Amino acid sequence: MAINNDRPIPTQSVGAQFHDNARMSMRDVNIFYGDKQAIFDVSLDIGQNEVMAMIGPSGCGKSTFLRSLNRMNDTIEGCRVVGDIAMDGQDLYDSKLDVVELRARVGMVFQKPNPFPKSIYDNVAYGPKIHGLAESRVDLDEIVESSLRKASLWNEVKDRLHQPGTGLSGGQQQRLCIARAIAVNPEVILMDEPCSALDPIATAKIEELIEELSENFTIAIVTHSMQQAARVSHRTAYFHLGRLIEVNPTEQVFTMPEHELTEGYITGRFG
Amino acid sequence: MTEPTSQAARPTPTDHSATIKASLKRRYRAETRFRWYGRIAIAFGLAAVLVLFVDIISKGHGAFKTTHIAVPVEYDLAQLGVRDLNDNQQLALADWDALFKSGLRELLPDVSGRSARRELYRMVSNGAGYDLKDRLQANPRLANQREQVWLSADDDIDTYFKGLLDGDPYTARVTEQQIEWIDELRSAGQIRTQWNRNFWTRGDSREPEQAGIWGAVMGSLFTLAITFALSFPIGVSAAIYLEEFAPRNRFTDFIEININNLAAVPSIIFGLLGLAIFINFFGVPRSIPILGGLVLTLMTLPTIIITSRAAIKAVPPSIREAALGMGASKHQVVLHHVLPLAMPGMLTGAIIGMAQALGETAPLLMIGMVAFIVDIPQAFTDPATVLPVQIFLWADSPERAFVEKTSAAIMVLLGFLIIMNTTAVWIRKRLERRW
Repeated sequence: MAINNDRPIPTQSVGAQFHDNARMSMRDVNIFYGDKQAIFDVSLDIGQNEVMAMIGPSGCGKSTFLRSLNRMNDTIEGCRVVGDIAMDGQDLYDSKLDVVELRARVGMVFQKPNPFPKSIYDNVAYGPKIHGLAESRVDLDEIVESSLRKASLWNEVKDRLHQPGTGLSGGQQQRLCIARAIAVNPEVILMDEPCSALDPIATAKIEELIEELSENFTIAIVTHSMQQAARVSHRTAYFHLGRLIEVNPTEQVFTMPEHELTEGYITGRFG
Repeated sequence: MTEPTSQAARPTPTDHSATIKASLKRRYRAETRFRWYGRIAIAFGLAAVLVLFVDIISKGHGAFKTTHIAVPVEYDLAQLGVRDLNDNQQLALADWDALFKSGLRELLPDVSGRSARRELYRMVSNGAGYDLKDRLQANPRLANQREQVWLSADDDIDTYFKGLLDGDPYTARVTEQQIEWIDELRSAGQIRTQWNRNFWTRGDSREPEQAGIWGAVMGSLFTLAITFALSFPIGVSAAIYLEEFAPRNRFTDFIEININNLAAVPSIIFGLLGLAIFINFFGVPRSIPILGGLVLTLMTLPTIIITSRAAIKAVPPSIREAALGMGASKHQVVLHHVLPLAMPGMLTGAIIGMAQALGETAPLLMIGMVAFIVDIPQAFTDPATVLPVQIFLWADSPERAFVEKTSAAIMVLLGFLIIMNTTAVWIRKRLERRW
């Protein structure tokens, strides 16, 4: 639902946008789909080993923004990114940067579980194989096992590694996708509403997993569930109509939001 | 923020059940009628297929059997004028017909007079002498031996005799005397029908009893092999490029429209194109499977491109995203994920395209594959004809015995088409993956 006109959308974000130990830093990012602008002047840091949740009403641009972080937007025709997005100081939109290498460093988990129609083993082994990360079969086996363990799926699938990944349940498929993403040992993992197609029990497992993963990885997660953001993230960014309204430590966002739009959203006045 | 609904404004509910009940009957009747339309349409289709099959099989089944006459033959080398069985010149000069002529005289000793004898000799196939020569060459121990050989009868005798067995003999092409002899041979058990090996092992011939389908089958196989080898890779590459790599702009739209138009071009135009380009410009020899394959490639390409594109489009985008998200390059996405998933659809399309090409006659008429070719093609560069053209040629021949040959050839062609379409369905079922 549209917001009232007496609450103008601010051009400035409030809160703690910046981080001392930033892994990825975005400055004045604008994203366009053809003539239509989807993201306006967003500046944000994602810190080392931080879980950054991005929330906001549908169509606020949070998924678009997330996808610009590993240049998945490149595949969409007419999509244009203006501004600086850097990872460890390196510009992601530099013409010299290889997008294949970038995506090996910034993995992604999608909304709908999308395992390849191959065996569980081949799903996890795919990344290491194409990037040449495994020297031998034994190496590959090790990578597959450790990735599945990290995704807490190993015990459930160790006896049927060579059965199709599409035969697993929805929650298991999503954990398989996470295992597949971490098999190439990325530095950052982007998650685009990873639990929206899952039931509460599977969701709980994934959330637990995100917490464990944050020890080793930097995670940016887009979610529609405010409870999920509250449970798993360290900082929360609230997006509204293509603008970043507020970024603050999660606890603060959900207890005393700085901006009234954020407050309106988390208290369910619009969404 | 929901609007408060005022209780007072709500209208009192009216009872619609009577109206609904009245309309139900009409709706169910319409549904029944609709179902019957479908059933009638299917029944009509099935009836048409049934009539076609019954007609063709009833006409054509006779061609799989042929009449043979048991003739005593003595391979008397001295009389033949052959001293050395390995000397081809001697073999070529020998009067092989004399072998079965004397045998026939022995079989029916009361035949006298020149014209009566000529009629007698005409009872067996023109090629019987050559058959005997081949038999002796393959089996030199028969030299100067006597044996009884089942020689294939002349086509007119064959037609009459098979008609006689069915109770409806066709007498216009046989003389009264020949009918008497046939009766005589029949009561002696010296004439019978047997499996027609010639039909399956030989090429075309002016003599119906010597004509076979194998030349056309081999011609079709060679031609289709060329067609598949060219049109599948080219079609699939074009489809992949257009679906996965090409930018969407006016130029690619233009290409797309033209591919769709090309699929609707009458096939004879492709024949003319082949004539103009391949024969007149590039100087490819006429009548050879390479040429036929090239022309049929032009014809099947649009079909394969269109079905392959549909198969690629059917691969869910989430799979592409997953692979791209893993850092696969565009070509790895296509090679590792899109192609394997689209392959069943592509193969199905290719097989259907091949089935089309197998049944195609018109373009081949333009490029000289309509020639009368006796030798069975052994290579891609041998003059050849193909199954549908063979049917066309036989249907055009005046001899009555070619009627059943035509129907039999149609059965063979239909057999191949059924096999190909079944394979297409099987491949689709077999390789189809769910995601």
